[in-house]
Amino acid sequence: MSTGDVVISVRGVEKSFGDQHVLKGVDIDIMRGESLVIIGPSGCGKSVLLRHLIGLHHPDRGSIRINGSDIAKMKRSELYGVRKKFGMLFQNSALFDSLTVGENVTIGLQEHFKLSAEELRKTALMQLELVGMASAIDKKPSELSGGMRKRASLARALAMDPEIILYDEPTTGLDPITADVINVLIRSLQERFHATSITVTHDMVSAYKVADRIAMLHNGRIIYDGGVADVKSTDNEYVKQFIRGEAEGPIRTV
Amino acid sequence: MRERVANIGMGAVRAVSELGELTLLIGQIFRVLPRLHKTVRLTVVQMFEMGVGSLPLVVVTSFFTGGVAAVQAAYQFQSWIPDRFVGSVVGRSVLIELGPVLTGLVVGGRVGASIAAELGTMKVTEQIDALEALAIDSIRYLVLPRFVAGAIMIPVVTVFADALAIVGGWLAAVGSIGMTTQTFTSGLHLFFEMGDVWSGLIKSLVFGMIIATMGCYYGLQTEGGAEGVGKAATRAVVSSCLLILISDYILAEFLFSWIFA
Repeated sequence: MSTGDVVISVRGVEKSFGDQHVLKGVDIDIMRGESLVIIGPSGCGKSVLLRHLIGLHHPDRGSIRINGSDIAKMKRSELYGVRKKFGMLFQNSALFDSLTVGENVTIGLQEHFKLSAEELRKTALMQLELVGMASAIDKKPSELSGGMRKRASLARALAMDPEIILYDEPTTGLDPITADVINVLIRSLQERFHATSITVTHDMVSAYKVADRIAMLHNGRIIYDGGVADVKSTDNEYVKQFIRGEAEGPIRTV
Repeated sequence: MRERVANIGMGAVRAVSELGELTLLIGQIFRVLPRLHKTVRLTVVQMFEMGVGSLPLVVVTSFFTGGVAAVQAAYQFQSWIPDRFVGSVVGRSVLIELGPVLTGLVVGGRVGASIAAELGTMKVTEQIDALEALAIDSIRYLVLPRFVAGAIMIPVVTVFADALAIVGGWLAAVGSIGMTTQTFTSGLHLFFEMGDVWSGLIKSLVFGMIIATMGCYYGLQTEGGAEGVGKAATRAVVSSCLLILISDYILAEFLFSWIFA
């Protein structure tokens, strides 16, 4: 799967919000075509790290290189050029309330390419079929269930044919069966399109299902990085406590 | 005592920081202005919402304001000043002051709150981040259409408001004060100057830009959930009303001392 070249390189990234030091020096490389899952306790900064990768946050220190270019030093127009290579599934789906599902899916295409209404609708249908949502094309997001919103948001993330897909807590708030539908979908899209995908989650069932590699973020740093089988047999006390979901251990959440 | 001084200092820092952010937003609006052609459809939607949507409110406000202006002018004139000057007072006060300012305040309350609440909700539900993630400039897509629609539609609505207020004044003059239509219209013509119309429209253009900018600014600054959205809407309305009144004075000084002097 991995072709060995680094598509995203994160070096010494630090980020604070007020007096809260969230990222304290994150270092990680993400290879082209791999599926990396970043795990960690709630509030440890996983989503903040993910948002740095697409330039929604800028690091206080350190660098984030996408295909060798540091996104923190880019002009706005260059950053938008890089963002076109990304697709992102947000934690709460973040569908646009005022648009239909079909319009949500094709908004990026409509803004960046000159396509007719017919072409846009055809593309929306095609993308929605991929996630099993074609019948909802004319519905408003408010008419959808949580799982359907995630799937519609996934169709939107895929519409611009991204090289890199970011998933922010893709299964949070879903029942186990719907969560598995999303996991299977993420995995099948990964195998079908060979996009690089980065998922942040604290759901270990989801992590095992979609990951080629798992990294753990704790206390603002990546404290573990390894394959799925390695994670299951690791001696790292932090990882062991987290994947077993135990209150007792080195990680203190309260 | 020390705490009080610290609080004053913090307040001053916050005010300067907000002013800086607001200036940045205005700079960003002018940065994306050349790409207005890409947001024509969205701008038209906003124009309809701000203009047509505000008309019922403006009709009632301006109609009765014109009536009140006529009745109070007649009361203050008593028998010392001829009735025909009621028309002059209604015409000039409506065109220069009452039309643009009341329209600005009334539409500012409605539109400013609506913009701040809509953008605030989009902000807290990550919809604005989603736009940015799709490489869509949120300032061009969300702020520019509202800014341009405000700048165009508040003057348009003000024209309606001016006309309706004068009709309201005329009806009150005829129905309540007992003047003839001819007396009222002759007064209206007596001191009429085109500069009054222009000054009112220039004011309303500035008010439109203030309303849209403050709505967008507080909407984009929203943090937290429903409480944050509510606060954003309130701040947008309060700040745009204050700025309308302050800028009204500054514009009056500028327009009548320099432009239409």
